Amino acid sequence: MADALVTMTGINKWYGELHALKDVNLNVHEGEVVVVIGPSGSGKSTLIRTINRLEPIQEGEILIDGERLPEEGKGLAKLRAEVGMVFQSFNLFAHKTILENVTLGPVKVLKMDKGEAEQRARDLLERVGVGHQADKYPAELSGGQQQRVAIARALAMDPKIMLFDEPTSALDPEMINEVLQVMLDLAEGGTTMVVVTHEMGFARSAADRVVFMDKGEIVEENDPESFYHNADTERARDFLSKIITH
Amino acid sequence: MIEFYTDNAQRFIDGTLVTVRLALLSFALSVVIGVVIASCRVSPVGPLQRFASGYVSLFRNLPLLIIFFLALFGLGDLGFVYGGFATAAVALGMYTGAYMAEVIRSGINSVSSGQAEAGRAIGLGFIALLSTIVIPQAVRTVIAPIGNLFIANFKNTAVALTITVTDLTFVSRQLINQTAETWLSLFGAAAIYTVILLFVGWGFRALEARYAIKR
Ligand SMILES: Nc1ncnc2c1ncn2[C@@H]1O[C@H](COP(=O)(O)OP(=O)(O)OP(=O)(O)O)[C@@H](O)[C@H]1O
Ligand SMILES: [Mg+2]
Repeated sequence: MADALVTMTGINKWYGELHALKDVNLNVHEGEVVVVIGPSGSGKSTLIRTINRLEPIQEGEILIDGERLPEEGKGLAKLRAEVGMVFQSFNLFAHKTILENVTLGPVKVLKMDKGEAEQRARDLLERVGVGHQADKYPAELSGGQQQRVAIARALAMDPKIMLFDEPTSALDPEMINEVLQVMLDLAEGGTTMVVVTHEMGFARSAADRVVFMDKGEIVEENDPESFYHNADTERARDFLSKIITH
Repeated sequence: MIEFYTDNAQRFIDGTLVTVRLALLSFALSVVIGVVIASCRVSPVGPLQRFASGYVSLFRNLPLLIIFFLALFGLGDLGFVYGGFATAAVALGMYTGAYMAEVIRSGINSVSSGQAEAGRAIGLGFIALLSTIVIPQAVRTVIAPIGNLFIANFKNTAVALTITVTDLTFVSRQLINQTAETWLSLFGAAAIYTVILLFVGWGFRALEARYAIKR
């Protein structure tokens, strides 16, 4: 197989005393969709936040498209621009309109011409189904709409990979599907994605691989069908029996 | 009584113009200083943080009048000689700037960490992050305290008469000496300060209503 888009080798991370990531190794290939699940506090967010160095690591190496993650500074900012990130709490820029939220990165970071950035932003907003909201402010949109804008904002940077940290868990149930649908479309279109989510439906229809974490370790990597029906490890089966009760 | 004001209208107007110019100039300077010092304080660079907190401690803990004298005589001894007006504008701007830095810093702390994180995630560097995401939001949450600073700064311009600036307070004191109309002289200046600042307060409330961020 070709070189992986993301290569994480021997990652160790501590928050003070707490060993949050223990000897983590993970590769993500181009076009692949990897779903990360695990109990609360197992290190899922920490793991994906290390990929664009929102969290620094103490040991190990992370390569993105063959390039080592730089320390702080210009190089890091450039690399972050190549990695899209969608947060649980949307984090749209509260003082900017929807359109400005999406054009800000391309104009300020990629130095794209403003008119071109706006045109692309409108296309992206159309694609995620919020084209008619372009001139509103984030607080005027529903959670599901805000999250779709957040996805458009990340896509506007034309990233090599998209990271999602529980993108639907802050949403009212009736809005979950509209966001998942956008993510499914992306997956189908070949976008490389790492998604922390407990949405089994999404994992089963879109994921190439499920990564199960517990206590800072990657305990199991499996294809979705095997994972949900017949996980290899006891810890994964135990975890699944707890979440699949309803 | 009316005659006193019609006779001296031009002097009141001149004094008011000096006061307004001094207030605006020093306030603008205080905003620049406040933004720079607050940015240093939240920067990840240790020496910048220490410089910023040193600045704030120094200028908050000196009486304004001492700062004026320091600016006038201190700079004079160092060979920089400015007029009273420029010296007053700089001294007052540096003084109010210390308070401005604290107000802006509290605003920065009120911006949720997710906002900065989202900015970093799209590749904004520290300066771009502060100037396009954090400070614009911070300023919106502190419009009211900035309004208070504007008003305090405006009134503090009166101290400038001690270094020969011919502001509104200077004019009223001069009229007392020349006409012996103590009450009328003082009342004229007081009325002008009050009316201007009532409008300013009203303006800041309007700004707040317009720009406060909906969450
Ligand atoms: N900034 C931080 N400082 C200190 N400890 C932290 C920090 N962030 C996370 N932790 C700790 O690291 C561990 C892993 O946290 P993380 O947020 O990665 O878990 P998670 O799997 O995403 O959990 P959840 O499902 O609740 O989101 C937890 O024990 C958490 O308390
Ligand atoms: Mg998490």
